[in-house]
Amino acid sequence: MWAMILKEFLELRRDRRTMVMIIALPLVLLVVFGYAANFKVTDVPTYVVGPKAEQVAAQLRAPFDVQRIDPDDTEQDGKDALRSQDAGAVVVTTDAAGPSTVLIDGSNQFAGQSAAAAALATNGMLKPEVLYNPDLKTSWVMVPALVGMIMAFIGTIITAIGLVRERQAGTLEQLAVMPFKASDVIVGKIVPYFVLAAFDMILVTVLGCLLFGVPFTGNALVLALGAALFLFTVLGLGVLISSVSQNQGQAMQMALMTMLPQILLSGMIFPLSAMAAGVRWIGYLFPLTYFNMISNGVMLRDAPLPSLAIPLGVLAGMALLVFTAAVLRFRRDLAPAAPKAARTPATARSAR
Amino acid sequence: MTHTDTAPMAWGTNKVTVTFGNTTALREVTLDAIPGQVTAVVGGDGAGKTTLLRTLVGRIRPQSGQVSAPASTDCGFMPTGASGVWQELTVDENIDFVAAAHHLTGRELARRRAELLTAAGLEKATDRLAGALSGGMRQKLAFCLAILHQPRLLILDEPSTGVDPVSRVDLWRLISRAAAGGAAVVMSTTYLDEAERSSTCIVLNRGKALASGSPQTILTHVPGTVTTGTAPSGPPELSWRRGRQTRSWHAGPARPGEQPILADMEDTVIALALADQRQES
Repeated sequence: MWAMILKEFLELRRDRRTMVMIIALPLVLLVVFGYAANFKVTDVPTYVVGPKAEQVAAQLRAPFDVQRIDPDDTEQDGKDALRSQDAGAVVVTTDAAGPSTVLIDGSNQFAGQSAAAAALATNGMLKPEVLYNPDLKTSWVMVPALVGMIMAFIGTIITAIGLVRERQAGTLEQLAVMPFKASDVIVGKIVPYFVLAAFDMILVTVLGCLLFGVPFTGNALVLALGAALFLFTVLGLGVLISSVSQNQGQAMQMALMTMLPQILLSGMIFPLSAMAAGVRWIGYLFPLTYFNMISNGVMLRDAPLPSLAIPLGVLAGMALLVFTAAVLRFRRDLAPAAPKAARTPATARSAR
Repeated sequence: MTHTDTAPMAWGTNKVTVTFGNTTALREVTLDAIPGQVTAVVGGDGAGKTTLLRTLVGRIRPQSGQVSAPASTDCGFMPTGASGVWQELTVDENIDFVAAAHHLTGRELARRRAELLTAAGLEKATDRLAGALSGGMRQKLAFCLAILHQPRLLILDEPSTGVDPVSRVDLWRLISRAAAGGAAVVMSTTYLDEAERSSTCIVLNRGKALASGSPQTILTHVPGTVTTGTAPSGPPELSWRRGRQTRSWHAGPARPGEQPILADMEDTVIALALADQRQES
C-alpha cells in the first residue's frame, strides 16, 4: 500500500499543472468568494437633473452616489446618460410638487435592484422607473452574458481540445509534411470552430429572445463586430493552450482554468461594481468582461456606439495580441525543429 | 509512376549532423535514396532512425550537412505507429482528405483509391473509422495515404512495427510495388530480415552510421569474429542469444580453434554495435 501511495505522490509531483491547480484553485476560490462574491451594490452612480436638482441631490442617501447635478439637463439627457451607462440612476426633478422620478438602469440588475429598493424607501420622495429591464428579470441580463460564455467555451475549450487531438495523434506532424501552407493549416483548423461558435451565438441570442422575451434593442452589426473580436481572442487563447498541452486532459484543465475566473470575475454573475477594488481589476483583464458590456449594452439598452468604444477597442487590442501570438506559435509548431544548441553555423540545404 | 524527369534523381542526406541540447542525435550521416530502390535504416532504440527520416522529410533542420529532397508534393511520409492516420475519419474520408491536399480528383483518384485499397486488403473497410481498424490495417491505411499521390520519395518510419506477420507480408508487397513504380523508398525498421531484402542498408548506432551499402556488402564486412555455441565463449556482455544458441563476438580475426560463422544481418548489426562500443571506450 505504501508503494502505491508513494507512486501516486511521485506522479502527482511530476504533473505540475495538477499541482498548481491543487494549490492555486483553493486560493483563487477563496479570493473570489471572499472579495468578489457580493450581490449587494452599495454605490450607484447617480445624476440629478431638472430644476430642483440641487435641492433633491442634497437629500439623496446611499446607494445613490451623486456624481453630477445639472438643473439644465432634461429627462432625455438623463436617459442618454443611462443608455451610455455613464450613470446607473438618474433623478429627474420637476417644478411640480410630488415625488421626483428616478430612472434606473435595469440592465445592471443588482445595481438596479439596489437603487429601486432605496427609492421605494424614501417615503415618497422618489418614484422609481426601471428602464431596459423593467421587471429586473435575471434572464434578461443572463442571456446576453451567456452568449459570451458559450462563445468562450467553444472558442477556448473545444478549440484547444480539437487542436491537441491532432498533436496527440501525431497527425499535426503529418499535416506539416503535406503540401499545405502553414496559413492553410491554421485557417483550416480555426474556421470550423469560428463558424460553430458564431452559430451557437446566434442560436442562443435568438432562443434567448424568443423563450425569455429578452429584447434586442440595438444594432446587430455592433454585436456581430464585438462577437467577432471576442471570438478571435478566445480562439487565440484556445490555440495557445493547445500549444502548451500534450494531451486533451491537460488542454481541458488549462482551458477551465481560464474559463472559471472569467465567469466569476467578468461581472456575469457578481456585479463588478460590488467587488472589492483589489479583485475588480482582475475582471478587467478578461475578454468576457468587455464582451458582456457590449452584448448587454446592445441587446438591452441600444447603447450608442461611442459608449461601447472602450470595450470594442480593448477587445480589438486583445484579439490582435492573442490571435497573433497564437498564429505565430502554431506556425512554430508546423516549422521544422531547429537544433537547440547550434555551435556551428548550419549549412543545411534543401531542394524544397 | 509518371515523371517528366529524363534521368532518375537521387535524394538523401550528406554528412548530416543533428543536435538536441547536449545530445547528438545524428553525426555526419550520409544516406542515399535512389529511385526504384528501397533503402533500409536499421538500428536499435535511440539509434537516430526517426531523426534521420524526419530530417530527410524536412521536419528537422540539421545543424550541419546537406539534405536533398523533392518538394512536399513529391514526398510521401508515413510516421511511426500509423500516426499519419486521422482516426476519427473513415478509411474513405482519410483518402479523400489526403487526395484533396494533393489536388487528386476524379477518375485518377477513383483509380488510385481502388488500386491501393485492393492491394492493402482494405476494400471492404472503406466505411470503417480508421480508429476502429486493427493495428495492421491502420498501418496499411497509413501507407496508402503516404503513397496515394505517387511520390518520388517515400519515407516510411517503422511501417511494420507491431504488425502481425500476414500484414507484414502485405506491407512489404506494397513497399516493393512502390519501389518498382520508380519511387525512392527510405524505411526504418527493427526487423533485420526486412533490411536484408532492401537494396541498400544503413546501420545506425547512437547517431552514427556504422555501415552502409548493399546488405550483401554489409554482411561481408562484419567487424571481428562471431562464433556460436551453447554457452558464451567470452565476456557475457559480448554474447547474445539466438534461439537455442549463444553467439559470441570478439575483435580481430578468429583465434586458433575457433569456427567463425557467416553472420546474418542480426548478428552483423550486433557485432557492429559492439565494435563501435569498444572503439568508443
